[in-house]
Amino acid sequence: MIAYRGKRSALALNQIWGLKMKVSITVNGTEHHGDVEPRTLLVHYIREVIGLTGTNVGCDTSSCGACTIHMNGEAVKSCTILAVQADGASVTTIEGLARDGVMHPMQTAFMENHGLQCGYCTPGMVMAAVGLLNENPKPTEEEVRMGLEGNLCRCTGYHNIVKSVLAAASAK
Amino acid sequence: MTITENKPTNIIGTRLLRREDPPLLTGEAKFTNDLSIPGALHLSVLRSPYAHAKIKSINVSAALKIAGVVAVYTGKDLQTAWAAPMPCAWPVTPDMKNPPHFPLAIDKVNYVGDGVAAVLATNETASRDALDAIDVEYEPLQAVVDLEDALSDKNVIHKDLGTNKSYTWPLLVEETPGCVEEAFKKAKYKIKERYVQQRLIPMAMEPRAIAAVPQPFGGDITLYSSTQIPHILKVMTALTLGIPEQQVRVVAPSVGGGFGSKLDVYAEELLCMALARKHSAPVRWVEERTENTQATIQGRGQIQHVELAADENGKITAVRVRIIGDMGAYLQLVTPGVPLLGAFLYAGVYDIPKAYDFSCTSVFTNLTPTDAYRGAGRPEATYAIEMAIEALAREMKIDSFELRKRNYIKKEQFPYTAFSGLTYDSGDHLLAAEKAATMTDLAGVRAQQKKQNVPGATKLLGVGMSSYFEMCGLAPSRVLASLNYSAGGWEAATVRVLPTNKVQVITGTSPHGQGHETSWAMIASEKLGVAPEDVDVLHSDTAISALGLDTYGSRSLPVGGVAIALACDKVIEKAKLIAAHQLECAAEDLQFVGGTFSVKGSPDRALPLAAIAFGAFTAHNLPEGCEPNLEAQVSYDPPNFSWPFGTHMCVVEVDTETGAVKILKYIAVDDCGNQINPLIVEGQVHGGVVQGIAQALFEEAVYDSDGNLKSSNLSEYLVPAASDVPAITTGHTITPSPTNQLGVKGVGEAGTIGAAPTVMTAIIDALSSLGVTSMAMPASPQTVWKTIQEATRGGKK
Repeated sequence: MIAYRGKRSALALNQIWGLKMKVSITVNGTEHHGDVEPRTLLVHYIREVIGLTGTNVGCDTSSCGACTIHMNGEAVKSCTILAVQADGASVTTIEGLARDGVMHPMQTAFMENHGLQCGYCTPGMVMAAVGLLNENPKPTEEEVRMGLEGNLCRCTGYHNIVKSVLAAASAK
Repeated sequence: MTITENKPTNIIGTRLLRREDPPLLTGEAKFTNDLSIPGALHLSVLRSPYAHAKIKSINVSAALKIAGVVAVYTGKDLQTAWAAPMPCAWPVTPDMKNPPHFPLAIDKVNYVGDGVAAVLATNETASRDALDAIDVEYEPLQAVVDLEDALSDKNVIHKDLGTNKSYTWPLLVEETPGCVEEAFKKAKYKIKERYVQQRLIPMAMEPRAIAAVPQPFGGDITLYSSTQIPHILKVMTALTLGIPEQQVRVVAPSVGGGFGSKLDVYAEELLCMALARKHSAPVRWVEERTENTQATIQGRGQIQHVELAADENGKITAVRVRIIGDMGAYLQLVTPGVPLLGAFLYAGVYDIPKAYDFSCTSVFTNLTPTDAYRGAGRPEATYAIEMAIEALAREMKIDSFELRKRNYIKKEQFPYTAFSGLTYDSGDHLLAAEKAATMTDLAGVRAQQKKQNVPGATKLLGVGMSSYFEMCGLAPSRVLASLNYSAGGWEAATVRVLPTNKVQVITGTSPHGQGHETSWAMIASEKLGVAPEDVDVLHSDTAISALGLDTYGSRSLPVGGVAIALACDKVIEKAKLIAAHQLECAAEDLQFVGGTFSVKGSPDRALPLAAIAFGAFTAHNLPEGCEPNLEAQVSYDPPNFSWPFGTHMCVVEVDTETGAVKILKYIAVDDCGNQINPLIVEGQVHGGVVQGIAQALFEEAVYDSDGNLKSSNLSEYLVPAASDVPAITTGHTITPSPTNQLGVKGVGEAGTIGAAPTVMTAIIDALSSLGVTSMAMPASPQTVWKTIQEATRGGKK
């Protein structure tokens, strides 16, 4: 544990932060090996090291869920995990959801039900929604609303997001 | 070459799925911070932790030693980098006070978040680390936070101005001098209310992001920015930086929401451009959410005093409004104009005589600058008149819906010349309201309410409503001139039929979630008789779309969309001359149906647009004097605003023991004239309504008395989640606008305008039996509970 002592320790911390650790993370089926600083968040590793920019960052308090991905099959906010914690894990990002040029049924449901507008929360919302149906394949409207409460959207008022998820569930 | 045959289309009004979606759904879309820019330096901005303080000294030497740090600049270092202060395009009065505002503060900071120093580093981590190593010595000053305190001038923020007042803007409309005063004297009923519009944080999900890419040898610079206004930004950055305008290109890649917060010229855009030129290297910046809450504009922030005078029947005879507007520390792009946008709407949807007395005084505070946030002035005005109507109904002891009916402008009065001289294009308020009442089952809910709201009940039912008008589709340029706005309100469009009969539409609107690509393709498809998928829509890059005034104020369709329709007309006109020439007939003998020109009465003499497009390209057989190619450009200045309207109703249950408010039912009946794509219209309404509900129940930029923002991130500022809001039932009426050929009106802000008063009137209705007559926003459980306690304690006295 590194104690942060304010301004004066910034230089020393920077030197510690310069240390790198080896990680091996499978992202969308491809194994990636790399050296990361211990403080590197998984979302930054995905975006900046792997170069997959579909996973978005919308806050600095793990509140918005824009960075939701799947780690070992579970929907998680990739800003709450250090890259080193994902060592050995299998990660799916939004880019890994469509297969062979065909969108995942959840993506199709979002399109058909106008479940997105600006699209910034969308990758995280879709990943969270897929995770939700994995756990609860036939949720009620209430359960969808509760299940997505960790993902914020500013455009849609959620109405069509909820509709999309229910449509995807009933299409299963 | 195969030329596709044109098929008649009837695409306008269908629920065509959005072409924008696949890239956004798969992660393929590129937002500004997704762009890969080799060699870019990263900018980080050190921000003031004080709302009001003198900068005594800044020591950057430790920051410069951090590996990767390239340079650190203070406001003083960059003093000569600016050709002009940051722009405010709306000097609402000739004597408006506007303090000089630079991208970095020079000797004094005026709000928490004010930029103090800029770090450039080879990577983002180093640039952020370096912020911690900059030592700034501040001398804190007393912060001005409260509006009425600001107005008192006890503590003047910008000493050179001598006052905290920026301007006073009056609008007095009287049939005869003194008639407002007289109306109030004669009035059978009078009400006087005070409302507070709390500050809101727009909170687009994509924080702002910028990349400035110079081409040092050519002197050109490209600015990529998460902005709503690439065209305005191009002009304004050129002027502020002193760069010849033709050397500036602005591109807005995928933009993750705006709601007005990206309708601005920001310090970071200017810093990136100035430093990119200085260092001959790309400079990029991305905002953290905490910066976004402090250094991106906020919305609302008004204290409203509203008075209504009414005769014995409740017919409104005069309206008097006094507003104090919170400008924040500086004037941003259109900050001072926001209250003016509401100035014409304090009579709402009601038929009032020329007896209207409005005045707004706007003041500086040591808080983040305010500016346009979804609705900009109009939600505030609508809230005030709708709450005031409720107050008047209480005073008269009649049903507020009945009172509204007595005052609605009637269908047959349209087009209606309002007290202000503005003409309301079309409307049928009663129809929309009755539809909302039917959809709500108002009678049934009232019956249930009687059963439920008995003495001692702790779950009280309430019904609320608001009828709104929105003055949008900004805007006729001459009207903007009369309001001292520095630019016009037109929009530009180019329509080009390519040799293979594919169509390019180039628009000056700049979408950030509204689905313009889909809707604009539908307009061109319908007009030209081509399939919508054969229409490409280009936008948001000033090198492609040279002319435009961008997207805000629910203007894109009624101004930009109509410009596209007009450009299509011009294309058809030209095509017709070519068709007439090739069919050897007179142009007036031709009809254009489903993408084909044919001679009236002899349908076999026909030429599809495809053949004409190819012919215009080869230019082998064109009429004398006819230029090759089939394209047309239009700059369209709308003759009027567009005036969408509607009525929203909701049913709430208030738990008097906890103060919790639950919305059981929300009905939105909106009329935006003809709908191009109802799917998109509904989406706009849903999103708008939830932003209005959010103002009513959840959101507030909370400041302490020292000007510190206490709700500076998404765990403290309560943007509602799916579990916090209800499903929304949308209905609509269709009253086409007679002022444009598509019969359309804007819809982007309507939901927000209707929703806050709908929810608040419902809460007050639920608690009316307890003597509650007012409620502050946001009506958090604590606020509701306290208000109930005060009302019931007061009642027992």
